[in-house]
Parts: sequence; C-alpha cells; structure tokens
Amino acid sequence: MSHAVTTRPLNSARLPRWTPWLVVAGSAAAAAGIGLAAGLDSRIQWGLIAAALFVLVTYALSAKVEGPRHAKDRIATSLVWVCLLIAVIPLASLIYETVARGVKVLDGYFLSHSMGLIADSEAGGGIYHALLGTLQQVALATLIAVPIGLLTAVYLVEYGRGRLAKTVTFFVDVMTGIPSIVAGLFVLSFWILILDFGPSGFAGAMALAILMMPIVVRSTEEMLKLVPNELREASLALGVPKWRTILKVVLPTSIGGITTGVMLAVARIAGETAPVLLLVWGNPLINTNPFDGAQASLPLYIYQQYANSAGSPAAYDRAWAASLVLIAFIMILNLAARGIARWKAPKQGR
Amino acid sequence: MNSEIDTAPPPPPLQDTPPPTKAEARGATRPGDRIFLGLSRGSGILLLLIMAAIAAFLTYRASLVLTENEGNFLTTFEWDASAIPPNFGIAVLAFGTIVSSIIAMVLAVPIAVGIALFLTHYAPRKLGGPIAYVIDLLAAVPSIVYGLWGALFLVPHLTGLFSWLDEYLGWTGIFEWQGGAPRTLLTVGILLAIMILPIITNVTREVFRQAPQMHQEAALALGATRWEVIRMSVLPFGRSGIISASMLGLGRALGETMAVATVLSPSFTINASLLDPGGGTFAQNIASKFSEASVQGRDALIASGLVLFVITLLVNGLARAIIERRKEYSGANA
Repeated sequence: MSHAVTTRPLNSARLPRWTPWLVVAGSAAAAAGIGLAAGLDSRIQWGLIAAALFVLVTYALSAKVEGPRHAKDRIATSLVWVCLLIAVIPLASLIYETVARGVKVLDGYFLSHSMGLIADSEAGGGIYHALLGTLQQVALATLIAVPIGLLTAVYLVEYGRGRLAKTVTFFVDVMTGIPSIVAGLFVLSFWILILDFGPSGFAGAMALAILMMPIVVRSTEEMLKLVPNELREASLALGVPKWRTILKVVLPTSIGGITTGVMLAVARIAGETAPVLLLVWGNPLINTNPFDGAQASLPLYIYQQYANSAGSPAAYDRAWAASLVLIAFIMILNLAARGIARWKAPKQGR
Repeated sequence: MNSEIDTAPPPPPLQDTPPPTKAEARGATRPGDRIFLGLSRGSGILLLLIMAAIAAFLTYRASLVLTENEGNFLTTFEWDASAIPPNFGIAVLAFGTIVSSIIAMVLAVPIAVGIALFLTHYAPRKLGGPIAYVIDLLAAVPSIVYGLWGALFLVPHLTGLFSWLDEYLGWTGIFEWQGGAPRTLLTVGILLAIMILPIITNVTREVFRQAPQMHQEAALALGATRWEVIRMSVLPFGRSGIISASMLGLGRALGETMAVATVLSPSFTINASLLDPGGGTFAQNIASKFSEASVQGRDALIASGLVLFVITLLVNGLARAIIERRKEYSGANA
C-alpha cells in the first residue's frame, strides 16, 4: 500500500503581519531621502514617490514569498488605500486653507457690517448684507419648495400608481441633475426678460426652489416608504379618512426623517451661486426687502470679492472669511440634520 | 345572543349603508380626501409643468436670437452676441465642456471606485463610518468655495505638475506648456474631479454593498483572495452601477459653473494642448458673460444654456435608466 502522497502544507507561506508597516516606514524614509537628494521641494512629490515605492516593494516581497495571486491582492489593497489618501488630501487642504485664511478678518465687526462705502480693494467692511440676503432667499425658497415637494412625495408614495406616477418619479430624478445655472436662466427668461421684473431676492428664491424641490421629494419619499403599512391599515380600519391618516399618522411618524431631508436640501441650496448671480445681481448695501431690488448673498459675495477686486489682498481675506462662514453654516445644518435623524430614528423593534 | 349583559350600544343597522359608488370604491369618498388627492397630484403635475416650462421658455428666448445670428450656432468660434447683428457659436464651449468633463471622469472614476471598495470591503469597522462622513462633507462644500480654493491654492501649486508634464510628456502635443498661469482645461478637470468624487463614490458604494453575499462567501470558500472575490463577484455585479454613477458625476461636471468660472481663464480658441489657454465651458461662459450682456446677448447665453440643459437631461436620463434596469434584475437575484 505504498501510495506516494505529495504532502502540501495547508497554509501557504505568508508575510508576517508587521510587514506592511515596515514597508511604509521604509518607503517613506527612502522617498524623503530621494526628495532631499534630488532637491524636490514639493511634499506631494515626496508622497507620490513613497506611494510608488510602497506598492513596488510590497509586490516584489509578496510575489517572492506568497506567490503572484497574493501579490496581486496586496497591490489591490494598497491601491485602495492610496485612493483614499488621494481623496482626503484635497478636503483636508480645503478646510485648512479656509480656516487659516478665513479667521484673519472674521470678527463681530465683519458679521455686523455691510460693504456700503467701501471699495472692493479696501480693507474693512463685512458680510451682514450678504448673510441677510442668503437667509431671506433660502427661507423663501424653502417656503416654496417644501410644500410642493412634500405633497409630491405624498402623491408618489400614498396615491401614485400608473403612468403619471412613473413619469413624475423619472422627471424628479432627472430634475436633481439640472445644472443650477439652467434653473437660473429659466427664471431669468420668464421673470426678468418676459414679465419684465427687475432683479430681486425673490427671483433668486424661485430658481433655488426649483433646485430644492427634487431633493425634498426624493428624501421625503424614502422616509414615507419606511412607515410601516400596519400603521396606515390600523388607522384606516378605524374609519379615519385617508387624508387624515396621512396627516395625523404617516407624516408625524416620519417627521424626523423629513426634517433631515429638508435641512440637507437647505444646506445644498445655501451654497448655490450661479442662479443668484443671474437673478439677484448682488448689492454692496443692505437691502432688507427680498421682493424689490438687487440683494447680496453669501456665495455671490465670495465670488464678487474674488472676481471684482483685481487681486487685492483685503478682498481675498474677506472672500476666505465669507467662505468660512458659509461652510460653517452648511456644516452646522448638516450636523443638526444628522442629529435629528439619529434622535428621531424609529427604534429597532425586537 | 346575550344582548342583555352587553353594555355597548347596539350597532347601527347595516342595511342602511348604501352600496359603494364607483368613486367610493376608488377610495376618494369624502371631500377632504378629494381635495388632498387633488393637491398632491397637482404638485406632482406642477413639477412636470416646471420641467416643460424650462424647456419651453429657454427654447422661445433662444429662437429669438438664433434667427438673427450671423454665424453658425454650432461651428462659429466667436461669442459676439451683443453686437448687431450678433455673431456667436458654441463650438469652443462644447469643446471645453466635453474635454474638462472627460478629464474629470478619467481622474475621478477609478479613485471613486477605489474609495467605494475601501468603504465596503477593506475599511476596518472603526474607520468606515468616519470616512464615509468625510466623503459626505466633500459633497456638502459649496462649489464657490471649491472655486476660491482652486483659484488661490490649487492654481499656484499646479505649476510644478505642469512643468513636469511639459518636460516628460510634452512630445505628445497634449501636454505642451508655454508657461502661462495654470488656469486651463486641465486645471478645471482636476478641480471637477475633486468635486464629483463624492457623488460617484456614494452611488457605487450603495451598489457594492448590495453585491450578493453568497457569491462572495462562495469565492472565499474556494480559496480566493480578497481581490479575487472583488474581481469575480463584486465588480461584475456593480458594473452597471459604476457606469450610471459615472454618468451622474458627468452630469454634475458638465453643469458646474462657479468653480470653473473662478479657475479658468477662458479664451475663444481651441488648443490641442491642455496646458495652454483655450476653450471655455457652457456654464462658465454664461456666468462670466452675463453681467455685460445686452438683452440680445442674454438670449444668446440662454441659447447656450438650452444646449447644456438638453445634454445634462440626456446624460442624467440615461444614468437613471441604467440604474432602474439594474434594480429589476438585482431584485430577482438577491
């Protein structure tokens, strides 16, 4: 019974677990060395060299010890990590630059004064008029978009069957992709060019509402779909009319998620510049009436400080500070929205 | 039966209820119901009307100026829209829009797929949540801030890359550099890539997450490495998702206005080299030409906006159609 059995180990040879860290350290050191020797002053180049070295060395080591299949696996892993690093770098840089350059002029004076009597190239001035304009325009847009968006979502989830509902769903999806400048051009064409109204915060709010509606519809739709059917059936079985069921049972159940969606939509449109540029025009003075006359807005203020100042450092400082305020506003909205989502989330029943 | 001890009032006689009419059978009996249904259906229809109105008004205003146009709207290399008679065409804009979007896609799609894979298959559990949150933050930053960052930070830092490209790849003709400020289509492409990264990542991540667990476990059980699992069961499943996510990103890139308007120094010429000025984009042209345009000039800008609208409509519609189709077969497979 001498049957020759070729014994193969069940576990093939693997590199020890600390290898990647060692290679990271090694390639970083080597890259720094090469960078210093070749006189490369850009840290990004150092990083790229280190990444390339890391991938190559890992592949070579792994191919020698573990075989080509595992070497490929390791390459894929390191490439995925590299992708992640590449994505994080611009965000980190953007946040850092905005905060570092923005805090220079950001103070109470900046928040409470307008640009009246101050040329774009001079120091001083502030964003009070722009903040006011943005808040009014966004509030008006929300007032227009939220009822329409909510009702459309209710229609799609509670009533919508058949071709109309399918068409609406499709076009809501397509509408999310409308470039903001096109929404601006649309309002421009009928409100300003055909009906002959002047620029106003309200005109901008209409364009912003067009951008906001599909976002509200989508998020509300998702939330309404999460409401269990048992709740609707229980209410209907008690003889409650369908519209009261929706108003008193379905909407209150999903109100947390709906609020989150609306706040995210507000955050999204608060940063829109293009429609405001076409319809509100910007104004260095305080205009408290959104229905008459040009108004300022925070994103537009940033653009105008950058574009109209011919490179004046004071204007750039104001642009960065306004960016910081805008980002802070949007991040606070985002965080609050997430907080509400978590707080109001339906508890997982067990 | 034992009606003497029943404390509840007797039920109303049933035979008095009239048989349901046709309207009642549909569920819209009470006036409140009818009003509510009318309101909600009305808002749905209003959304459709808005879409139709956008197309109609843009077409109307565009037709006013297109009949006057001296040049050929598609092939003229000039934008003299406020002159009388006007002479303008979208050739340069179409070139710039397409080239910058292609650059953005080439840079963003592989990285976005990588990040999506990281989030679904590679990330240690503690890292996945925060990273996904950071990606969402990238999406929330307004485009004007990207523009400011691009113009004041990215542009000065790109001279190194530009001279490197010129030195080693200049012979291709695409990467020749005359030494001007790096405010060209390549810069725009890089900035757009950063801006569309989050949307592509988020959509692909959702698709990868739905990849059938059984297939992956089966592959693992056969001894596949993690990369082989991804290549054999995750990527084939997610292919249409990647395509539609890329097209959603493309739609964003095509219509992006302010970031391009701040970073690009436009010129109405077409240049083979991506490092030399040449080209503009539809949206950027509208934003930068708007303030000094006459009514006729605005109509011309509206005409170019109409082209942009149609393109983005097609791209987004196609992307959504692909997603829809995938939904159907993945439902059967799950």
